[in-house]
Amino acid sequence: MIQDSQTPITLRDLAKHEKAVICGFDLSDAELVTRLREIGFAEGDPVEALHFGLFGRNPMSVRLNGALIALRRSEAQAILVKAL
Amino acid sequence: MGDSAISSAATADVNEVSARLALLGAPNCGKTSLFNALTGGRAKVANYPGVTVEYRKGKFALPNGQGIELLDLPGVYGDCGHSMDERVAIDAVRGNLEGERRPDGLIFMMDASHITTHLHNVLQAKNYGLPMVLVLNMMDMAARDGIDIDVNQLEALLGIPVISCVAVRASGRAHLLDFLQDWAGDVLHGSAAKPEPEADTLKDLQAKARQITGGAVSRIEQAETFTQRIDKIVLHPVFGILILAGLLVFMFQAVYWWSGPFMDAIEGGFAWLQGRVDAILPNGWVKSLISDGIIAGVGSVLIFLPQIVILFAFILLLEASGYMARAAFLVDTLMAKVGLNGRAFIPLLSSFACAIPGIMAARTIEQERDRLTTILIAPLMTCAARWPVYIMIIGAFIPNTKVGVLGLQGLVAFGLVVVGIVFAMIMAFIFKRTLMKGAKSTLLIELPSYKMPVFKDYLMGLWERAKIFINRAGRIILPASIIIWFLASYPTKDDGIAGTFAGMIGGVIEPILKPIGFNLEIAISLIPGMAAREVVVGALATIYALDSEAIDGPIREVLQNSWSLPTALAFLAWFVFAPQCLSTLAIMKKETNGWKWPLFAFAYLFGLAYVAAGLTYHTARAFGL
Repeated sequence: MIQDSQTPITLRDLAKHEKAVICGFDLSDAELVTRLREIGFAEGDPVEALHFGLFGRNPMSVRLNGALIALRRSEAQAILVKAL
Repeated sequence: MGDSAISSAATADVNEVSARLALLGAPNCGKTSLFNALTGGRAKVANYPGVTVEYRKGKFALPNGQGIELLDLPGVYGDCGHSMDERVAIDAVRGNLEGERRPDGLIFMMDASHITTHLHNVLQAKNYGLPMVLVLNMMDMAARDGIDIDVNQLEALLGIPVISCVAVRASGRAHLLDFLQDWAGDVLHGSAAKPEPEADTLKDLQAKARQITGGAVSRIEQAETFTQRIDKIVLHPVFGILILAGLLVFMFQAVYWWSGPFMDAIEGGFAWLQGRVDAILPNGWVKSLISDGIIAGVGSVLIFLPQIVILFAFILLLEASGYMARAAFLVDTLMAKVGLNGRAFIPLLSSFACAIPGIMAARTIEQERDRLTTILIAPLMTCAARWPVYIMIIGAFIPNTKVGVLGLQGLVAFGLVVVGIVFAMIMAFIFKRTLMKGAKSTLLIELPSYKMPVFKDYLMGLWERAKIFINRAGRIILPASIIIWFLASYPTKDDGIAGTFAGMIGGVIEPILKPIGFNLEIAISLIPGMAAREVVVGALATIYALDSEAIDGPIREVLQNSWSLPTALAFLAWFVFAPQCLSTLAIMKKETNGWKWPLFAFAYLFGLAYVAAGLTYHTARAFGL
């Protein structure tokens, strides 16, 4: 499938060193979104996928405003991004 | 008892005119360093996990004589309290912590490098309605990372005082102390300004925070920081795991090799003490109680102090340097397979010293079912108390030959550790699919920048852990030793151990243990072994020493002549699971608020131990060993 750069994808879809901007959250798990926001994810923030775990590329780590956050891909799926 | 008693004792002598300030902030922002620097580390702590879990309290005086009582709270991002330790911090700030007065003011601490990600937490904390100051820590590091913060502008936009700080340097704290001289007095007299309330949705708070950082913070994107360069290797999916495995192997080798001379010295010290008591006191029950009961009993536990200290020396170093969160990231990929998450790594690692700090460290795990699962499998990690048992039995029954370059005895010991880990993973897998079903396990942790540990903080942390271990020897092992001595000495030991209370109780359990190859002496030794697993070694020594029919000589030779090889192997298999440890069950009761889980843990560990010992015994016999 050809991905239009303006179509939102999720953080979990980013490849290593791929950069994107957060454009929203999947609100189906409200508590998860709270925790994601508390640790610092917010609309408009640039993110870059950096490291992946050995099995199933899980967990992953992302650079966010100078911080490095580790999360599972199932959690990353709640963060909607636009690839740059 | 214990923990809460320790922390409340700290308040007993608190000066009436002290202002009570709480240190609040995200994990790894340097709260504990500031706390130690200000209070000189004279804190009362209730706890010993690898991270700050309950809270610490200390007192200090400002240059103008104003007294401050300072609370060091667990790291927290927002105000929801997802994990147990986060709830402690939030309850303390809201004044909901039992037996603790609400603080008069908040010192909100923030790693200046993370101002963009964390500023909304400051806005959110304004809603607590307490006078508040923002302390930007590690301003030097932020500048190095290309972050320039206009403190005056930030103060104007936030509406609260902002102080820049380098907590680990006296010159870096001077500005903060100056500020506190006036502010703490105002806070105490209720004349300090209370912050204006902010919006209450995180989304609005974040939007405002981004506006503020837009006005007061400029960032020059750095090519590549020191931390990023190291992480390229340390977080590599393959090399990262190899480095971690190498670190763990080295750590365990060090724990058992470096501790040798210290353990010999402690053993020698207690032997000398015993000799002095034997020489000075007349024969009789007083001498027997002090020498055979108290000194032998307490000595047999304190001998593990070097191992505990070395293990925690590594754990604290990994923690303080910023590596521990990365270890959690690396093992998460494996933990996910059994339904746990990477955060369970720290509690499980601590459990190799002792399950008690491990079970307490599980408080940092957010999902309650994950926390319970971690608590239930923590006793399967080979704690220091099992080693004396392994060393004694392996030394007596496993030939000291080589397999390739490795010693057979060492391999057997390593094998027992691996069996424990494998069963821990199997049980976690089963629990997560049955009892603990439904909870989605998550990770979500911040990986802090690498830091050089502050030597003073490091030594204080190590001393706190050692102190708690020593206290435990006094609180649990001392009374247990006295009871064991009594049970193994009365009403009469003329006919050997069988005539004593211990012998009678042992006679009752022996039939249960006979099918798995255990004899009367083992059955008896397991009773005092409830106090602490390692007590079994001393108990067996005492039992065979008191038994007139047993041959004299070192315990190793006595066992070689009294036990068959299948019995010895079954005994080792039993100790991989070894349900009997009252302290572990007691801490489980405390951490889970009831007897349900400790009783369940005891039952499942007993079942595993029984089956494993029985299978080992009968398999060994079938092979004619």
